[in-house]
Amino acid sequence: MTAVAPSTNGNAPLLEVTDLVKHFPIKRGILIDREVDQVRAVDGISFKVERGETLGLVGESGSGKSTACRAVLQLIKPTSGSVRFEGQEIAGIGRRQMRPLRRQMQMIFQDPYASLNPRKRVGQIVGDPLKRQGVASGADLRRQVQELLERVGLSSEHYNRFPHEFSGGQRQRIGIARALSLKPKLVICDEPVSALDVSIQAQIVNLLDDLQDEFGLAYLFVAHDIGVVRHISDRIAVMNKGEIVEQGSADQVCESPQDEYTKKLLAAVPIPDPRESRERAGSQ
Amino acid sequence: MSSAALLSVNDLRVGFATEEGVVQAVDGVSFDLGKGEVVAIVGESGSGKSVTAQTLIGLTRANNARIEGSVKLEGEELTEADDAAMRRLRGERIAMVFQDPMTSFNPVYRIGNQIVEAIRAHRPKTSKEEGRQRVVELFEAVGIPNAERRVDDYPHEFSGGMRQRAMIAMALALEPEVLIADEPTTALDVTIQAQILDLLEQLNRERNLATILITHDLGVVAEVADRVLVMYAGKVVEQGTLDEIFYDPQHPYTWGLLGSLTRIDRPRPERLPQIAGQPPSLLDLPEGCPFRPRCPHEFSKCTQFPPLEAKLPEAPGHCDRCWLPPEEKREKRLVGGQIGLEAPHA
Repeated sequence: MTAVAPSTNGNAPLLEVTDLVKHFPIKRGILIDREVDQVRAVDGISFKVERGETLGLVGESGSGKSTACRAVLQLIKPTSGSVRFEGQEIAGIGRRQMRPLRRQMQMIFQDPYASLNPRKRVGQIVGDPLKRQGVASGADLRRQVQELLERVGLSSEHYNRFPHEFSGGQRQRIGIARALSLKPKLVICDEPVSALDVSIQAQIVNLLDDLQDEFGLAYLFVAHDIGVVRHISDRIAVMNKGEIVEQGSADQVCESPQDEYTKKLLAAVPIPDPRESRERAGSQ
Repeated sequence: MSSAALLSVNDLRVGFATEEGVVQAVDGVSFDLGKGEVVAIVGESGSGKSVTAQTLIGLTRANNARIEGSVKLEGEELTEADDAAMRRLRGERIAMVFQDPMTSFNPVYRIGNQIVEAIRAHRPKTSKEEGRQRVVELFEAVGIPNAERRVDDYPHEFSGGMRQRAMIAMALALEPEVLIADEPTTALDVTIQAQILDLLEQLNRERNLATILITHDLGVVAEVADRVLVMYAGKVVEQGTLDEIFYDPQHPYTWGLLGSLTRIDRPRPERLPQIAGQPPSLLDLPEGCPFRPRCPHEFSKCTQFPPLEAKLPEAPGHCDRCWLPPEEKREKRLVGGQIGLEAPHA
């Protein structure tokens, strides 16, 4: 499942997050806002993602996993803590300094219906990052986009279509092609399969697996379903109320969970085996 | 199947005329549902499962729709009932829980008032105060804490799981006999999904509710259903009891659905067995078996349309639409020792 990409910066991990905190202020007042309290969305989390590795980040809605993703990518400014990419500190650096680094880290979003501009053609959507980063233009751009579309299981004829002509699973493939267009080292996948049918989930999970092998990608894979997370991850971090409560290898976390919250997440996954689920119900 | 079925659906067909031709969204669905029973309808997006459910309570009646076949509730034919009769019956005898708890309530009215409104539409003599009291009882029955206070909240003040509980409370308000739950847990976290499934099961047991559960996830089905219909491209491709579908599935599509589940109770496979490709367009169905283009076990006979037949002498209620002989299926459905569907050279 892992493929090791050539390291460019010594032995530093690809991504190293230390004591990351994001608090949102709750403000009251009419003319002068007073901060009355804080929402501790992310409250001091630390984790590492090595090259070519998948770290699964699992937790319920409101556990802070999406905020963590955004803070890592500097889409929101972290309150405190450090985010190092290949050893370089990126927490709090300016937009302009962040720009070249964006090539290295991309994101796949949860909702394939909301994350594609309905008025742009697929070719424009997938080619936009290449154009903005000045990587390719003209006929070269078109060729690269068509190759990408084929690589994610679409066809080069889809270049001129609009997003509404595609099903949920195909749209997610468009989102994946867009994230891969700049050949990043790290892809943050925020609930990439939870809006899809189970049968399509398997296709997308397998596609992400194949692409990881081919491009040596590292994933930070965020989801609420620990069953899916276990399948794709090398290591898992369990998040609850803004904190990481347990972290370890995927098999270790799922087979001998230490934290009560992890046990609760595992117990909630439906087991597609009627006899076993009858036993489970009987033993409660 | 029992002769005393509460709801009896026979060869239901729903077609919609569009500019590009007729879309046969539901093509010959038959099943019986008894009191206290849970029937699950499983399939991918576009398989016709939701249209089937909506047709049962007359929500697909439109100028361009053609509904054939029969839906009988205790012997009364529903496909021929007039709109006023359907309106009385909806909520009163058959109620529905929708998938999306975010959009199913009106955001500008208090949740309690919306449910009281539904009660008073059917029982005009109920006073507002009585209605409110009834909603408090219902909220307690579906496990909403602080019911007395929560009835006056607006939908945005409820979490997704609580909103789905409120949806279920509204569906139960008039004590229906049949509850249709259309993807009731798809928009929810796994932990909340488990709670809602427990609630549906408890209601089914305590109130002897006949339940139709619509879902794309066989994992959910295993927890609650008694019988299962698997739909593909508007047709039932396999139906049987829960154990028949899970332990002796006969249709390759069912193998694919079972195989594509991630299983927490087993060592993880290198790859998930997946169903290749996508469901066909209903405007352009392949000749013969609709699953043929995605099926790795296709052979010469598959260009003819297979009938829904029981082929196993020991299971007369277990029917499927596949030409493969049952003894061959037992071998072909195993991928790495587990049930699944995988092309030989993927």
